[in-house]
Amino acid sequence: MSNHSTELETRGELDPAPSPERFENPGLPPHRPRLSDTSPEGSKRAERQVAIIFGISILATIAGVWGYFAFPMDAGVGNVRYSTLSIGLGLGIGMLGIGIAAVHWAKALMSDVEVVDQRHPQRGDDATRAAAVADLQAGAKDSGIARRPLLKGALITAVAIAPLSFLVPFVGNLGGSWNVNAMRHTMWRKGTRLATDPDGRLIRPEMVTIGSVWHVIPDGLHEVDDVLAEKAKAIVLLVRLAPEDLKILPGREDWSYDGIVAYSKVCTHVGCPVALYEQQTHHLLCPCHQSTFDVADGAKVVFGPAKRALPQLPIMVDDEGYLAARDDFDEAVGPSTWERQRPIRGEDY
Amino acid sequence: MTTTTPAAKAAAATGDFFDTRIGAAKLVKEFARKVFPDHWSFMLGEIALYSFIVLLLSGTFLTMFFVPSMTEVHYPVDALPTTMRGVEMSEAFASTLHMSFHVRGGLLMRQIHHWAALLFMAAIVTHMMRVFFTGAFRKPRELNWFVGFTLLILGLAAGFTGYSLPDDVLSGNGLRIADGVAKSIPILGSYVSFALFGGEFPGHVIIPRLFTAHILLVPALILSLVAVHLILVVVHKHTQYPGPGRTNSNVVGYPLFPVYMAKAGGFFFVVFGVLAIMGATLSINNVWNYGPFDPSPVSAGAQPDWYMLFLEGALRLMPGQTEFVVAGYTVPLNILVPGVVVPGILFTLLGAYPIIEAYASGDKREHHLLDRPRNVPTRTGVGVAVLTAFIILAAAGSNDLIATHFKLSINSITWVFRVLFLVGPFIAFIITKRMCLALQRRDRDLVLHGYETGRVVRFASGEYIEVHQPLTPQERWVLVDYDPHKPLPAPSETNARGVARPDYKKLRRQSRLSHFFFADRVDPVTPAELEAAHAHHASAHGSDHELEHETATAGELESTSV
Amino acid sequence: MTALARARRHRLAPVLLMLLALLAVGGVYAVVAPPAAVAETYSADDVAAGQKLFQANCASCHGASAEGRDGVAPSLIGVGAAAVNFQVATGRMPMAAQAPQAPTKTPQFNAEQIKQLAGWVATLGPGPSVPTEDMVDPARGDAANGMLIFRTNCAMCHNAVGAGGALSNGKYAPSLFESTPTEIYEAMLTGPQSMPVFSDANITPEGKRDVIAYLMEQRTAQAGVGGANLGAVGPVSEGLWVWVVGMGALVAAAVWIGAKSS
Repeated sequence: MSNHSTELETRGELDPAPSPERFENPGLPPHRPRLSDTSPEGSKRAERQVAIIFGISILATIAGVWGYFAFPMDAGVGNVRYSTLSIGLGLGIGMLGIGIAAVHWAKALMSDVEVVDQRHPQRGDDATRAAAVADLQAGAKDSGIARRPLLKGALITAVAIAPLSFLVPFVGNLGGSWNVNAMRHTMWRKGTRLATDPDGRLIRPEMVTIGSVWHVIPDGLHEVDDVLAEKAKAIVLLVRLAPEDLKILPGREDWSYDGIVAYSKVCTHVGCPVALYEQQTHHLLCPCHQSTFDVADGAKVVFGPAKRALPQLPIMVDDEGYLAARDDFDEAVGPSTWERQRPIRGEDY
Repeated sequence: MTTTTPAAKAAAATGDFFDTRIGAAKLVKEFARKVFPDHWSFMLGEIALYSFIVLLLSGTFLTMFFVPSMTEVHYPVDALPTTMRGVEMSEAFASTLHMSFHVRGGLLMRQIHHWAALLFMAAIVTHMMRVFFTGAFRKPRELNWFVGFTLLILGLAAGFTGYSLPDDVLSGNGLRIADGVAKSIPILGSYVSFALFGGEFPGHVIIPRLFTAHILLVPALILSLVAVHLILVVVHKHTQYPGPGRTNSNVVGYPLFPVYMAKAGGFFFVVFGVLAIMGATLSINNVWNYGPFDPSPVSAGAQPDWYMLFLEGALRLMPGQTEFVVAGYTVPLNILVPGVVVPGILFTLLGAYPIIEAYASGDKREHHLLDRPRNVPTRTGVGVAVLTAFIILAAAGSNDLIATHFKLSINSITWVFRVLFLVGPFIAFIITKRMCLALQRRDRDLVLHGYETGRVVRFASGEYIEVHQPLTPQERWVLVDYDPHKPLPAPSETNARGVARPDYKKLRRQSRLSHFFFADRVDPVTPAELEAAHAHHASAHGSDHELEHETATAGELESTSV
Repeated sequence: MTALARARRHRLAPVLLMLLALLAVGGVYAVVAPPAAVAETYSADDVAAGQKLFQANCASCHGASAEGRDGVAPSLIGVGAAAVNFQVATGRMPMAAQAPQAPTKTPQFNAEQIKQLAGWVATLGPGPSVPTEDMVDPARGDAANGMLIFRTNCAMCHNAVGAGGALSNGKYAPSLFESTPTEIYEAMLTGPQSMPVFSDANITPEGKRDVIAYLMEQRTAQAGVGGANLGAVGPVSEGLWVWVVGMGALVAAAVWIGAKSS
């Protein structure tokens, strides 16, 4: 028999010393028998209950398997619903039944007399510790590392830098071309026409009425190599305000056309599309973190965690009467990066 | 053991097979009747473990049908769901739709998997709170606390990589936010962004990379750490609540075989069953409603799964003016503070807490008896304060839903949460600590004076008293069995011979922290105090004191002499 | 000669024949012709009654000739019958009390009165008219294209399936779950309050019908294919439910398992 006992040993190695300041442990309370301990009918009843619950589980599992065969997937959305429900409830009730039955069995029928086991301190006794230290010292002495600092240094250096020949290729290849300056430009150029998102229809200024908002992509977006990467930078919102409501920033007199302005849709906070346009306040609200920009005042931030105004796309009307960009944005779109205001070497930005 | 019946013979043969090959007899002897204490709060970690098993099983099902590729395809024009017919999308998204609408039980498995992920994190947090508030992280279990803390972080990683796999608009915007946070890192930000996405956002490799992380790297780490976590529980034996018969040197409970196998094994089936029923009846993450990822659309109510809401809320609350430029280099504190600094502080506090408290108490003993939270008021207060901070951040992350549901202004809500985040944890700490101390005083009163029975007795002298029923020794034991932690005394600047102590500053710091933790306390009742209280009763009520005790004590109580 | 033979030779017989022929042709045409895509027409009586209703219920805020009052109510000149139909049929107008925006409530006027009001306002200036049944019939729309349009132009305010969302300072984009196809069309066309105007050049009439088809599709079985949709507001409600239902049920189970049996 192991060192279990059903009697309390009140003082063990890990207990504090007895003291008049402290009460004594009164010991385990007396065992209270359950119904199934004292009455054979109680015990039989519990056994029946457990069996019934197992039985429900079995039926549910069968229903779940039936559900797989009963609802093929090419017969409409209702079948998807019934299939999910039947297999799921079959699985769920099947599992739940086993669980409830097993627990009820344990609680009602298995012994519930408490058993006591002894703990021992984690700390090894002094003899073992001394032996362990002696073993380590003997091993170190055998290796000779203590007396040979050159070996120690060489080992550490070699082991420390060895992972580099794995890590450098691993990390080095992760970033593709590593051309981070590509983030500073978009595909908008002088003359790139504005088109509706997502179907690509061209836009004339008379189509843009006061109070409307147009979601815009560059014409020709779907012909580039990496559509989503270009779209992620190039999305634009087009809005028309009454000219007396619109404040034109100095140096941007020809960036708008008769009250029509275009701003980058990529939030300068962390990059969600700033898409909510409140017509009456002419505010743009980003749904992710509630940065709010005032379109009538250079899209500057009026609330929220963004700092910088949305970059403005300079627009004009081309000779066929369509709205087109005058130039790319004058700054990088989207969230701030460390180097965003620094000139790119080789470009006069 | 008889070996005459066929079953017994088979069992004996099996036992012999394993014993002669792996020494099974020793293992069985060691573990079969191992004692585990029985309390519902010890099963919270099991909920996490079992939901992880459900994640592995349902996840394996999903990997049979999911295609982790960002190659663009067109969804068939005659397939369900109708709103996706002919739409251009990535293979990852298309395979998710196919799995949901054309694989029997596919939608069920997706929903079970996602509910299990949410439950996994909820169970980890609840279990962690139980361990924290009962002090189960104290020596020798600090290492297990660090393992568990790491499991919490890995769970966050597993969830984030997992829900981003279908490549839909909601999780894709979440990836875009993650990209924005990465870009904000000083000096390296743009390069970190490129490393994650293989180039510019969104690139073509993020989904396959997240897939590798989600099904290989993170689960491997979780499984190994779970193994370490459980082995440590076996090595240390489980803690137990204080109670009659329970000491720091024993474990009182039930044996592993059969009781715990039945209860814990049964609980696994219960957890599985509940998750399957939730997966069958409650919709979750219907990605066809969000649509395949495109950088242009975004939905109102754009939040990550609940366990990431604290980051989302922090990002929403931080005012924007804090971004600044120095020498042409931009430092976006409006992102770094909520994304890195605040979570860093909260998680470091949580992770390092065992070290902080051990330093403050100077306690080097092993602890196997749990604390009742009221008996450690400062720890409980700190725990509630940190929880309050997380809950405020999570609520701030849902501010637009609060605005629509309660018809409030989202701007006002944001301002309220900004103030609450700074002030709330401190208020919560003060209130909690005071409540704990009050509860401790109530316990003292109970021990010294017994229960109020509601019976009023009038003496011949005309005095009325309410009869109090004294506690049985078992009832009293729970209320007095705790350590009266005393704060470490303030050190003297000089030692006995008048020489200045070199470690004075260090000791003073430790003493100050110790005072913060333990200066306000209520000590447990001592036998002498109980004796004094009884004497007081006796002297106040004379010979009728006996009447009081005889009428009050009932049932199988022993004499109350101590 | 019989009576019938005499009737056939009556002077007015050709006239009667002509009338019968016209009736027959007209009747056949009415039965087989496709529904006309012409806007609602208002009679002079409609317009007069509408003006009376306007003076009694709307002029106090919008002005006697609907010219608007600064800071109180906008001008209605040129808003068109569609705007009136939308605002009054959803009960937004007449607005009962000052609020960040006009909420929907029980409409104060019946369909006949709304038609009269719309008719009068339509005479004030050219504006969008009430769409015909054809234009808003979801069966004729393409739900997949509608979703592409909806998620780019509408989901950021109204949520991916139209459950509604928050705008700044107490304003909100309402839930679309109870809106009729006509209301949805009119709202896109007239841009009520904070909602931008989506003219027919921006979202074409077919595009608008596709959007309606998408929203109606969301109300069919597809919407509930995974089970109860928990409000369709996304991960926050899912997180709330996992704590309440999931952890709640399992903690209750744990308490049961740990409790002593009787």
